[in-house]
Amino acid sequence: MADPVSFINWSLLALEPPGWGGVLLRGLLNSIQIAIGGYAFGLLLGIGGACGKLYGGPITRDLMECYTTIVRAVPELVLILLLYYAGTDALNYVLSLVGIGEVDISGLVAGIFVIGVVQGAYTTEVLRGAIKAVPAGQIEAARAYGMSPTKVMTRVTLPAMLPYAIPGLSNLWLIATKDTALLAVVGFSELTLVTRQAAGSTKAYLLFFCAAGVLYLILTLVSDFFIKIIERRARRGFVEQS
Amino acid sequence: MTETPTTDVTTHAMAITPEDLPAADSFFKPHRIVLLAIAAGLVFCIVWFMRWDWIPQYLPRLANGILVTLAMLFSTAILGFLLAVPLGLVQVTGPWPLKALAKGFCTIIRGTPLLLQLWLLYYGLGSLFPQFPAIRQSFLWPYLRESWPYGVAALTISFAAYEGEVMRGAFAGVPAGEIEAARAYGMSRWTLFRRIWLPRAIHRALPTLNGETVLQLKATPLVATITVIDVYAVISKVRQDTYITYEPLLLLALIYMCLTGILVFAFRYLENRIPTRGA
Repeated sequence: MADPVSFINWSLLALEPPGWGGVLLRGLLNSIQIAIGGYAFGLLLGIGGACGKLYGGPITRDLMECYTTIVRAVPELVLILLLYYAGTDALNYVLSLVGIGEVDISGLVAGIFVIGVVQGAYTTEVLRGAIKAVPAGQIEAARAYGMSPTKVMTRVTLPAMLPYAIPGLSNLWLIATKDTALLAVVGFSELTLVTRQAAGSTKAYLLFFCAAGVLYLILTLVSDFFIKIIERRARRGFVEQS
Repeated sequence: MTETPTTDVTTHAMAITPEDLPAADSFFKPHRIVLLAIAAGLVFCIVWFMRWDWIPQYLPRLANGILVTLAMLFSTAILGFLLAVPLGLVQVTGPWPLKALAKGFCTIIRGTPLLLQLWLLYYGLGSLFPQFPAIRQSFLWPYLRESWPYGVAALTISFAAYEGEVMRGAFAGVPAGEIEAARAYGMSRWTLFRRIWLPRAIHRALPTLNGETVLQLKATPLVATITVIDVYAVISKVRQDTYITYEPLLLLALIYMCLTGILVFAFRYLENRIPTRGA
């Protein structure tokens, strides 16, 4: 074996078709799209879930508890398989009842839905903890001013809970980017699956998996950079803890 | 990466911990009894109207799969924790090259998906090893041809990286006064570590350790993608053989929920046995 630089066939990573670089980057783009979509969907579910858990009636609370408990107890991989098949089947069933007939659900939408449902449960827990960390006196003061519940929410609770929520939420974003890799198992061509196909057809397994790892790592580090900025902004006015 | 208290929050958000367990008497509320009745009806419908006739045939394989899953979980959690202790310690007190190395390791492992690491080890190293005659002739070769060592390696590394970050915070969080007191007693560095620093750090890390173990259980089905026959792989086989889509997956979800529940109950039992004062 000669020196590693000549041993590795770098031309395999070229952007044009004989190389697989362009395919990998498209896979990364797909992963990022799903991560952003799933994260946003999860955030919506999480806000609803946290409000339901904290302010809802007893039945809403129990149903939310079931949702978060199941998602936190069952592996993501199993949930993704279940939701992927059940979600598409249920949608087609409903559509055929309405009379539209079957539609082909794109992998992107299904992926966003699946990641979103999983992320929603995690976000619910993070937001619930953050809202509970807001000192009760602040909310009581807002009520004493005669603010309506929505106004208390938008003016006091949400801004005051953000510094508590942002570390958890930023971790969830990093988890969302990594959870997209699980969609490889249901055959969605995101970065990990594309990498495996590229590696399988060229037999350069180490090169491609390392390249994909570097891409994921860059995504994480870039996210981390922005998270640090957001965190610093959200924590301004807080006493620095060491 | 972010600070340690945040991993605590995230772990709690992603994994069930003992404080989530409901009290037994909380079930006897009117609305809960109604909900439980509805749930029981739903379960009855699932049992009655769906196809479950394949279970007896696959029962031995399912039991075997559960054992493989548990073996994977416990071996990797224990090995990973043994690796995590030096990883955390070095990041707190080590010389800077070791510190940078440990930090880099944690960042890289935590920054890439576990599935990718698993495939990198299995397909990447697995295709590299046969090219070296020295490895083919070594006593390790019969094991390296199997798939489970790669699964164990990937899961161990991942657990070590996540738990190493937790241990770093735990080591750093042990009050300096306790360590000074130990030094004032004339303890050697090793005695100090063994008697004071490590036990106190583990004590502090314990709640997060529970969560990380549940997360590790949730990560084990990934090894099925490299042909380790765990419970997930058995269920996949059922689905391929019988063309039933939902029933095996529902059973699988139930199995994992039971395993998680048992794990959480065991942790609560352990936590109650360890005396605590304050936080």
